[in-house]
Amino acid sequence: MARMTMIEAIRNAHDLAMERDKRVVVFGEDVGYFGGVFRCTAGLQKKYGPHRCFDAPINESGIVGAGVGMAAYGLKPVVEIQFADYMYPAYDQIVSEAARLRHRSAGDFTCSMVIRMPTGGGIFGGQTHSQSPEALFTHVSGLKVVVPANPRDAKGLLLAAIEDPDPVIFLEPKRLYNGPFDGHHDRPVVPWKNHDLGDVSEDYYTVPLGKAEISRPGNDVTVLAYGTMVYVAQAAAEEAGVDAEIIDLRTLLPLDLDTIEQSVRKTGRCVVIHEATKTSGFGAELSALVQERCFYHLEAPIVRVTGWDTPYPHAQEWTYFPGPERIKQAFTQVLEG
Amino acid sequence: MTAPRPLALHVPEPGCRPGDTPDFSDFEIPRAGAVRRPQVDEAPEDMRDMAFSVVRVLNKAGEAVGPWAGDLDAEALRNGLRHMMTLRQFDERMLKAQRQGKTSFYVQNLGEEAVACAFRMALEDGDMNFPTYRQAGLLIAGGYPMTQMMNQIYSNSEDPLKGRQLPVMYSARDHGFFSVSGNLGTQFIQAVGWAMASAISHDTRIAAAWIGDGSTSENDFHAAMVFASTYKAPVILNIVNNQWAISTFQGMARGGAVTFAARGHGFGIPAIRVDGNDYLAVHAVAKWAAERARSGLGPSLIEHVTYRAGGHSTSDDPSAYRSKDEFDAWPLGDPLERLKRHLITIGEWSEDRHTQAQAEIVDTVRSAQREAEANGTLISGDKPSPRSMFDDVFAEMPPHLREQRQQAGY
Repeated sequence: MARMTMIEAIRNAHDLAMERDKRVVVFGEDVGYFGGVFRCTAGLQKKYGPHRCFDAPINESGIVGAGVGMAAYGLKPVVEIQFADYMYPAYDQIVSEAARLRHRSAGDFTCSMVIRMPTGGGIFGGQTHSQSPEALFTHVSGLKVVVPANPRDAKGLLLAAIEDPDPVIFLEPKRLYNGPFDGHHDRPVVPWKNHDLGDVSEDYYTVPLGKAEISRPGNDVTVLAYGTMVYVAQAAAEEAGVDAEIIDLRTLLPLDLDTIEQSVRKTGRCVVIHEATKTSGFGAELSALVQERCFYHLEAPIVRVTGWDTPYPHAQEWTYFPGPERIKQAFTQVLEG
Repeated sequence: MTAPRPLALHVPEPGCRPGDTPDFSDFEIPRAGAVRRPQVDEAPEDMRDMAFSVVRVLNKAGEAVGPWAGDLDAEALRNGLRHMMTLRQFDERMLKAQRQGKTSFYVQNLGEEAVACAFRMALEDGDMNFPTYRQAGLLIAGGYPMTQMMNQIYSNSEDPLKGRQLPVMYSARDHGFFSVSGNLGTQFIQAVGWAMASAISHDTRIAAAWIGDGSTSENDFHAAMVFASTYKAPVILNIVNNQWAISTFQGMARGGAVTFAARGHGFGIPAIRVDGNDYLAVHAVAKWAAERARSGLGPSLIEHVTYRAGGHSTSDDPSAYRSKDEFDAWPLGDPLERLKRHLITIGEWSEDRHTQAQAEIVDTVRSAQREAEANGTLISGDKPSPRSMFDDVFAEMPPHLREQRQQAGY
């Protein structure tokens, strides 16, 4: 067991996957020699050579499109889009090609590929370094969508994603790269080395896709969250003294409905939290599913706490970001409403 | 000081619209045999001339002349003619089947038969094409069963793609034919990725990318050019310039400004322009590019100059935007007629043999069609089970899809 940041855990996952499977190829902008703008691939080119880990031209469609071709050949590309905000040029390749290749060719060609992208706000990233586009992927049949919230899961989920026979969108909350963040931007951040969830086994292991984790058991209200929001929800629950059951979804698609249903049936109340904008966000899907499946167990309307329906601002970062105060208000609403 | 004149937007127009007399007089065509044949390892900067000319082998008299002639024997040429005749017959039957309502849609290859048929014969088994919807010749020349193609077109019970894809969006991995997508240009960069994978794996197989003149405007064309050049990928980048993108003439993609082949120069990719209606020229240039790729010398770009003789698809009426006489005026002629004439000229074919071959091909295509129709068509007979619609979205069906399949009644 070692203490790792999320960055180190992701790097370690790449290393183990490349060592284990020669078909694993890693590339993207600044990913090779330099090791990535967030250092997630540092040292890989030196260890495995420039034909296994290399820099790419600045062309997201090219990065994903070339990856689809490599996967069709039989390699396992693990590609990086530098920021999730810059995946749009690749959206055609992701939606029309990677996601549908197996189905449209009836299995004649497949696309076992991982597309990693740093996601989320809370870092003064402004409009184009803060977005959370997960709903644009969960809406697409044929994609799996993963969002880890701690180093241990980041490693295990990434290794599972690389093993997976389907294309996986792997969203890494960059706010969590160096330590957990509970939304209290005025307090010092605790680095992963001072946090139990920074304990990561150096061995090869996987965390299965499609399985949520209860990060805080409770009885009063079920909180559905992922990424940075898991810690914000925890802080809000502690501060409000609410016995919330916080579920870290980990995989948005396929979704662990059993864990969600079981919890909401127990608590009778549900708060859905994400950084992404509200309208048609993934929270709408979660809310609809809970309503469909737990209607007779619900004692209050489901409440969503999300980013506002605006582009992600710069100066107004903490008004936009769904911090602990807004979540506490939501707790009051579902518990008293 | 004079006041500046108001600006005006330039919108290119083709030289000829319905009712006009087609005029290709400004289309420069070198004599057959006139264009040199560079060594496969010639530096791209030393062969820039190749992108501004047209490699041609067959002259007006039907003789094969010049440095690109002589790599196919009579048997190979007769096979080539048969492939093209088969494809044309196949097109005719499927066009009719669509008109009869047996399927929803069809896309012809009329006039472009030489491009895919000749190209396919320059590849080896294991190489992978990333075709558009107008390279059925790759399958016909590669020996893929016609009945299977028809099963796909009819979306019947034996459709290898289980009724999921629009007609002609074939997929045949074992025949070096990548799954066709409706989204244009996407496969051009995927071919480069496949070729990169072959190089990463120290394999000897190469990839062939395909795109039309119109789709070179797509972003993925640019992506493919950058990646192919950067990584020296073993890929042949084929642009089929058939002059038309549905109703839009090639000038809209700036084909008139410079040649499409010249686009290779900005990326240091050697580029050759070839007479796409000359079976021998297409084959020779394809072989040259394949040898270059297989020798680790990197990508090549080929612009196949041809003419889309048919409508864009069965949903298109070309008489609404171009002259009906354009194909007759097209200076590179008909690929079938030209190869037939060559074979007759060299004493390896005759009108009688041609008539007999045509009758055999009509029979073969008809019986393939009968066989396919016995498996059903879009409107009658057996169909793939709706249950299978839910398969292959993922390798393993997740619970939410299982639930939806049950809701659908399967």
